[in-house]
Amino acid sequence: MNLATKDIRHNLGRFALTTVGIGMLLMIVMGMGGIYRGIVEDATLLIDRVGADLWIVQRNTRGPFAEVSRVPPNLVHRAFAVPGVETAREFAYHTIQREQDGKPLRMAVLGLSWPTDKGEWVPLTAGRPLGQAHFEMIADESLDLSVGERIQLGKQTYTVVGTTTSMISSSGDGIAFFSVTDAQAIQFDVPGEAVRLERASREARGRQFEQAIQRPIMLDNAWKPSSQLPAIARPNMSAVMVTVLPGADVQRVAGTISGWGDVSVFTKDGQRELLLKGSVEKIRRQIGLFRVLLTIIAAIIMALILYTLTLDKIHSIALLKLIGAPNTVILGLILQQALILGVLGFGIAYALGQQVFPNFPRRVILTESDLAQLAVIVLIISVGSSLLGIWKAMQVSPNEALS
Amino acid sequence: MTGGSTIAIQADSLTKIYGSGNTEVVAMRDASMTVTNGEVVALLGPSGSGKSTFLTAVGLINPPTSGRISIRGQLVLDGQSPRTNLRSFRRRHIGFVFQKSNLIPFLSAVENVQIALELNGETKRSARRRALELMDYLGVADRADNLPSMLSGGQQQRVAVARALANRPSVILADEPTAALDSHRGRQVMELFAKVAHEQGAGVIVVTHDHRALDVFDTIYEMEDGRLDKQKAATTNHM
Repeated sequence: MNLATKDIRHNLGRFALTTVGIGMLLMIVMGMGGIYRGIVEDATLLIDRVGADLWIVQRNTRGPFAEVSRVPPNLVHRAFAVPGVETAREFAYHTIQREQDGKPLRMAVLGLSWPTDKGEWVPLTAGRPLGQAHFEMIADESLDLSVGERIQLGKQTYTVVGTTTSMISSSGDGIAFFSVTDAQAIQFDVPGEAVRLERASREARGRQFEQAIQRPIMLDNAWKPSSQLPAIARPNMSAVMVTVLPGADVQRVAGTISGWGDVSVFTKDGQRELLLKGSVEKIRRQIGLFRVLLTIIAAIIMALILYTLTLDKIHSIALLKLIGAPNTVILGLILQQALILGVLGFGIAYALGQQVFPNFPRRVILTESDLAQLAVIVLIISVGSSLLGIWKAMQVSPNEALS
Repeated sequence: MTGGSTIAIQADSLTKIYGSGNTEVVAMRDASMTVTNGEVVALLGPSGSGKSTFLTAVGLINPPTSGRISIRGQLVLDGQSPRTNLRSFRRRHIGFVFQKSNLIPFLSAVENVQIALELNGETKRSARRRALELMDYLGVADRADNLPSMLSGGQQQRVAVARALANRPSVILADEPTAALDSHRGRQVMELFAKVAHEQGAGVIVVTHDHRALDVFDTIYEMEDGRLDKQKAATTNHM
C-alpha cells in the first residue's frame, strides 16, 4: 500500500495548489537559467554565424562588441593581400533608436560588405538576401517589420526584402542587415541644416588660406559632400572580418596581421571570449547569482512545505509507529511525497515555461543540458528538503497516538 | 501467535517515575500482573491512577523505569533496556484498541485494517481478504471503502478492533474501548474481546470504567495511586 499517494489523494486540492506553487517557483528558477543562456547565446550569435575566422579591429581595442572600434576602409584590401586569406569583408555595426508609426524602433545596424556579402548566410524566414547595393535591408522578426515594408532612416527610405529570426545583438535588440555603405549613411547621417552650416564654415575657413584666395575654384569643393572631399576620409568601419583559405594556418595569418601597427587581431574564439568576459560578464554573473539565490529559496520553501505536511501527519505517523511500522515505511511516506512534489513541480514549471517564456522581450533559451541540470537540482532539493520532515517524523513517539 | 508458553503477559515489579528531585512523580509503583493465554483482564481505577501508564508499559510503548516484561515467555523489556526490537515485536504480537478509534484519516476503513497486515508481511491481496473477513465479522464490511470521517463513532471503533485483531496477536491491550459506544455496543465489544481471547488464546487487558460489563472478564485488577491490586479471579483459565 502506497501511503504517500493515499495521503495525496486525501488532500488532493491542497497538494495540487502546493505543487502548482512549487512549479511556478521552479519556473522562475528555470526562467533565470533560460535568460542567462539567452544572453550568452544572443551575445555570441553574430560571431558564431557571421563565419569570420579573424577579426581585425582598431589597435588596442577589444573590437566592436566591446567598445568603439574604427578602422580605415583600405584595411579590407590590405587584409585580402595577406597570404592565406580567402575573403576580407567590412564590418560596420552600431545601434540606433528611431521612431516608426509612433513607436520606438531600436535596432542593431549591421553592414554587409556588398557585393561579396549579400547576407546569404543569414537564415531567412521570408523574402530574399540583399539584391542591390542600396536601400534594401533584412530585418529580424523581433523588429516587427515585414517583407515589403519601407522605413525612413536618415534621409533615405529602406525596403525590407527579407526577414530573419533569432538574430539579436548582445544588448537584446533585433539586428537589421544593410550594405556597409547604407549602414554608414545611417550611422553618420546629419540633418540638412547641419550640413549647410558645415559647408559654410568650410568655405569661411578656406577663405583664410592663401591658396584658396589665389585659386577661388578650390572653394567649390567646400560645397561637395564630406565623403567626396580629398582631405576628409570616408567614414571608418568598425572592423574587418577575414576568412582564411581551407588548410591555411589561422594563427600564422593572425600573426602577420598583428604585426601591423594600427590594428589588433582576434580569432573567432578570442572575440567570443572577449565578449563573454566583457560586456555580458556582469549580467551573466548577476543572473547566475540570482539563480543560485532562487534555488536556495526554492529549497527552503520546499523544506517548509514538506515539514508542514509532515506535521499534519504527526498523529498518523505516531499511530503507524504504534502498530509497528518500521522507519523505512515512514521515511518512504515523506520522501515519496517530496519526490512527487518535486517531479510534478518540475513538470508544471516546464509546461508553464513553454507558454510564458516566448512572450518575454528577450530570448529565454531552455537547453536540454540546463533542464537536466535543473532536474538533478530539483531531485537533490526534494530529498534534502524532506530531511527536516523526516527528522521530525523520527522524533515522534508512538505515545502521541494516544494523546 | 507464537511460542509455547501458557503465559501471555508477565509483568514483574513495574515502576514508572516521571521527572526527578522535587518534580518526581511516581506514576506506577511495583505493579505486577500475569495474564494467561485466553484470559480476559479488566483494569479498573480512577483517572490518574496509572492504568494507562501500566498499559503503555506492557504495550512496549512507554518503557517502565524498572521492572521486567515477558510476553509469550520471551523477556522483551528489562527495566528500560529492550531485549528485542520493540516496534517489530509490537507489530507481530500486540494489538491495540484505544478510547478514540485512532484510525489513519487518509486510509479507507478496510485499508486501516489492511495496513497492519501488510506491515506484517502479508501480500496486498491476502491482506485485503483477511481485512474484509474481519470487518464482516464485526459488522462493518458494508463501510469498507469509506474514509474514517464518514463512519460513526461505533463503526470507527469496530474498525479499530478489526485492526487490532488483524495479525492474530498474542496480546490485546484496550484502553477504554467502549467509551465512545452506547451500552449495547460497548457490551458487544467486550464480549468480542472475550470471544477472541477464548478462541485465539490471546491474553487481553482492558482498561475500563464500564462496570456493567464486568461479568465478561475473567480477572479484575484495580489500580490506585500507581499500585495494582488483584480483586477477583472470575472464572477458570481457558487454555
